[in-house]
Amino acid sequence: MPVEYLKETPSQTAGPYVHIGTLPGQAGLAIRADEALHIIAAEGERIVIEGLVLDGSGTPVRDAMVELWQADAQGRVGVHGLWGRAGADATTGEFRFETVRPGALSWPDGRKQAQHVSLLIFARGINIHLHTRLYFPDDEAALAADPVLGRIEQAVRRKTLIAEKTGPGRYRLVLRLQGEDETVFFDA
Amino acid sequence: MSLPNAPDAGGRFTQRDRAWHPPAYTPGYKTSVLRSPRCALLSIDQGPGERSGPVFARSMLHPLDNDLTLNYASALGLEGSAIGERIIVHGRVLDEMGRPVPNTLIEVWQANAGGRYRHKKDTYLAPLDPAFGGCGRVVTDEAGRYFFRTIKPGPYPWPNHGSDWRPAHIHFSIFGEAFVQRLVSQLYFEGDPLIALCPIVNTIADPRAVNQLVAKLDMGEMLAFDCLAYRFDIVLRGRQQTFFES
Ligand SMILES: [Fe+2]
Repeated sequence: MPVEYLKETPSQTAGPYVHIGTLPGQAGLAIRADEALHIIAAEGERIVIEGLVLDGSGTPVRDAMVELWQADAQGRVGVHGLWGRAGADATTGEFRFETVRPGALSWPDGRKQAQHVSLLIFARGINIHLHTRLYFPDDEAALAADPVLGRIEQAVRRKTLIAEKTGPGRYRLVLRLQGEDETVFFDA
Repeated sequence: MSLPNAPDAGGRFTQRDRAWHPPAYTPGYKTSVLRSPRCALLSIDQGPGERSGPVFARSMLHPLDNDLTLNYASALGLEGSAIGERIIVHGRVLDEMGRPVPNTLIEVWQANAGGRYRHKKDTYLAPLDPAFGGCGRVVTDEAGRYFFRTIKPGPYPWPNHGSDWRPAHIHFSIFGEAFVQRLVSQLYFEGDPLIALCPIVNTIADPRAVNQLVAKLDMGEMLAFDCLAYRFDIVLRGRQQTFFES
C-alpha cells in the first residue's frame, strides 16, 4: 500500500454573495466599511490595473471577486509579496487595482520570469477558483523568454495574458472564461 | 535574497487532485455552463510566487470578528444579538501531510437563520435580522486551531431547476501559507437531508469528498446553556520536503 495522505478539502463555488465575506464594505455592510483592499501601499512606480471578467456569452461577470498576488518592486515575494482584492462593479463588472510595478522573479530552473501579477477569479458558477496571470506589454524580449508563457503551446493564446497599455502606468486586461480568446488558466 | 528555492519560498506543494474537486463544467448547476473554461488548464511548475502567499497578522482582527452573533450589531452601535440557533464552529486546519497550518486567515459569510443574506441582490421573502450581518473572520493559532460563534444559517431557495434549495451552509475562504493553497468552499451540517439534493453539492463526484464538507455535531465542545458546537477540520495542499532541490 502506498503512503496515505489526507485529502484536500474540496472546493465549492464562492456563490453570488462572496463580497459579504470578502469585501463587506463593498457589499454594503457596516463592517470594515473603509477598507480598500484594491489599493496596495508599497514602494515603487505606481500603476493601475483594470479589467473585466466575461462569461462565455461575452457578458460581464458582475458578481466576481478578483485577488492579486505579485512581487514587490524589487522582485521579492514571501513576506515582501503584495496582495490585493477587488470586487467587480455591480453594474459594469469592472475591477481595478492600484499597485506598484512588480520586479521580476526567477523560475525554479534559474530562468527569469517576465514581470507579471498573478490573479485568482472567484464567482458564482465557478466551482473552483481560476488562476491566471497578467503580463505587461512593455518588455517584449522578457515576454519572449518567459518560462510560463513559453509553456503555452498555442502561441496565439499567449496574448490572452498580456495587458493592453491604456496610458502611462495604466494597464487593462479582459479575462474571458470561455469562448474565442478564452484566457489561459493554470494548474500550478 | 529571494532565490527561487530560498527558505522563504520553501518546497513545492503536492499536485491538486482535480478529480476530487468539482470540475468547472457541471450542467446540473446551470450557472457553471457559461462560466467554465473549455480549454484544459495549463500545468505549470511552482515558482517563488506560487510557493508563498500573503500573511495576515492576528493584530488586524477586531475582537468580535469571530462572533457573528454580536459583530454586526456592535458595528452599528446597537445592543443585541442575532436571532437563531447559537453555535460554535471549530476545528483544525491541516495540510495533506497532517501538519497544522498556523496563523492563516479564514473568512466566513452566511445567510441569517431564515436563509436570507444581507445583500441587495437577495430578495428572498425571509426577513433580515437587524442584528445579523453574516460576515466574520478568524486566524488559526499555532496549532492550526480556529473557532467562531454564529447562528445556524437557514436553508434557502434559489432558481436553478425551478426552485432548488440550498442546505444550511457557511461559505469559507482560507489562504494557507502559499498562493497554491488558496481555497474557497462551503461547510454543511451533519444530518441535513438537503445536502443530498443540492445541485451545488453534487458538483462534487465523490461522496467521501462531500463528507469532508460536513461539520459534525460536537457535544463535547458545546457551551452549557449557551450554544451547540460543530467540528469542522480543513485540509490544504501539503508542502513537500526539498530532498534534491538545487
Ligand atoms: Fe450561500
